[in-house]
Amino acid sequence: MTATPPATLDQAISGGRLVRRRRHAVVVGALVALLLLAAALTLCVGNTVYTPDQVLRAVLGERVPGASFTVVRLRLPRMLVGALAGIAFGLAGVLFQTMLGNVLASPDVIGISAGSSAAAVIGIALLGLSGAAVSVLAVAAGLAVALAIFALSAGGTGGSRLLLIGIGVGAMLQSVISYVLTRANVTEASEALRWLTGSLNGATLERVPPLALTVAVLAPIVLLLGRRLTILQLGDDAAAGLGVSPRRTRALLVAVAVGLLAVATATTGPIAFVAFLAGPIATRLLRGAGSPLAASALVGAALVLVADLGGANLFEARFPVGVITGAAGAPYLLWLLARTNRSGGSL
Amino acid sequence: MSGSAPPLAPAPPDAGRAPLRRRRRALGLAAALIGLILVCALSLLFGSRPVSVPEVVRALTTWPADGIAEAAVQSRIPRTALGLLVGAALGLAGALLQGATRNPLGDPGLLGVSSGASLAVVLGIAVAGVTSMSAYVWLALAGAGLTAGLVYGISSLGREGATPLKLALAGAAATAALTSLISAVLLSRADTFDVFRFWQVGGISGARFGDMLQVLPFLLVGAALALGTGRGLDALALGDDVASGLGRRAGRIRGIAAVAAVLLCGAATAIAGPIGFLGLTMPHLARAVTGPDYRWILPYSAVFGAVLLLAADVLGRVLTRPGDIQVGIMTALLGAPVLIAIVRRRRVVAL
Repeated sequence: MTATPPATLDQAISGGRLVRRRRHAVVVGALVALLLLAAALTLCVGNTVYTPDQVLRAVLGERVPGASFTVVRLRLPRMLVGALAGIAFGLAGVLFQTMLGNVLASPDVIGISAGSSAAAVIGIALLGLSGAAVSVLAVAAGLAVALAIFALSAGGTGGSRLLLIGIGVGAMLQSVISYVLTRANVTEASEALRWLTGSLNGATLERVPPLALTVAVLAPIVLLLGRRLTILQLGDDAAAGLGVSPRRTRALLVAVAVGLLAVATATTGPIAFVAFLAGPIATRLLRGAGSPLAASALVGAALVLVADLGGANLFEARFPVGVITGAAGAPYLLWLLARTNRSGGSL
Repeated sequence: MSGSAPPLAPAPPDAGRAPLRRRRRALGLAAALIGLILVCALSLLFGSRPVSVPEVVRALTTWPADGIAEAAVQSRIPRTALGLLVGAALGLAGALLQGATRNPLGDPGLLGVSSGASLAVVLGIAVAGVTSMSAYVWLALAGAGLTAGLVYGISSLGREGATPLKLALAGAAATAALTSLISAVLLSRADTFDVFRFWQVGGISGARFGDMLQVLPFLLVGAALALGTGRGLDALALGDDVASGLGRRAGRIRGIAAVAAVLLCGAATAIAGPIGFLGLTMPHLARAVTGPDYRWILPYSAVFGAVLLLAADVLGRVLTRPGDIQVGIMTALLGAPVLIAIVRRRRVVAL
């Protein structure tokens, strides 16, 4: 009721900004701590449990009897690939979700992951490719699927047409993966599951550099584009007025997101629902405090490592990470549907 | 049901064109039956071993076979019969689901019902050591029924009810969760990995008459129930209020249709594994010929389903001879473009 003096208003605004910035810092800090803990556990815990001291000495290059091989050759690549793939999936997911303005429009729901996975498994199992060639093929296929879905759903009302077409394309590509697996004489269940639900079982140190390079180049670009993404959310006209070309920004964002997603998929397979889950979890933690991009990347990495730890140690059999995230992520999707319905929002 | 038709039975909107439509329906059914005979012949003719037409004729008239070619043809007979049964069952189940939910995206595969049936069977094999086809069927029916109820229940929460999008998303989520669980069960028992690929994609290559006889009663009951709901589904298409105004009990019609769909889809999945997209596409194809009348759409969907499943299976055998693409993969490859076409035609989405 009382007119607020400008000075106090300024103070109020900057005070709110400070609170949000502080919460953002706290959340990101907590996630970094969680990620480090999960990474440390991945290195220490397994069939044999090593002390942090043994692990540290082994990682630093000292020869620790018994521990060196397991930690450096088996667990370290697993941890690095898992964390990097998680970052890539988390960022790609939140980019798609924010850009399309729909939580459900994550690349693993609309079939883009399936496209990259199909291309990778064809490249490896049928064409005999390996290394960078597989990644290139996966990126090309991911982009092609994204373009196809956008083109097919053009002129539709809202996002529902895009989602439905994406689900259809995804189902089709899934059957391509199944077909290649029946043809290619894949004898190991774990190898087949890598392309169906994603797994860290095939992780070796040689697979780390391409993934690390992709994340190191593209993740900073995503964070730089974050501001433009926020402006894009104001609507195309407002964005154009503020000097951000909607078309060009969107094309750039799709290219970056698909690049991250596809290279990670070519390495680990499409780890189910990580891209879908990371964004909403990060948003929930932040409660509107700042951009969700960094937090989503950290949530994605933590999700992959925690699910992999659980799958490898909690049960009698060793389950690949994708089986755990699939079994846990799908109920969340169902819950999201049920909750959206109750609040009366329409999809 | 048809005996108690009220005088106010829904007249087709274009009553003047009725004779034309009747002729088209009769012609269409005749064409479909000819197609059926044709694909049966093709199914006997094509396989990893090429045979000639006279050899097929000889194989059908002499029993047991007196040559390798004849034996090959006779080994294709159970597969052909199973293709017909499963195709008809899935086509019919799709039409029932679309009619009962008034939703153009009704499909046992898309809604996760087939995965539910698969998981139940896989659990039965791995945990309880079940090995007989009759036990598979009961497990598959239980799994299919539970999943159908869950998916429909979740997507019909809220004011606007079960929209196509919510059904498809709930179905996709259920499929993802159930597939993960199937993988988990299979992985914990290395010896079941041979069965793994079979349960990931449906196929009819391992057909045996003994197994078929055990699921046949379920399919027959399901089909009988299904064909009886035609008038009821027509009334439902006008909306629940109008349907009850016409003296129909919407809940009961929906219940009967759901039971029939679960029987058909569960039994088909028990014997052939999860096969998607057939139930989705057949009713739309049927509707294009018959117009909006479920008394015709239901039998048409069954015949079309049988023809197309067998055609897809033959195509799979021809494309990669002497290997063979499992029919579940073929139906997904051929069916997904149809789904996209349906979604792009906005008029149909508002069924």
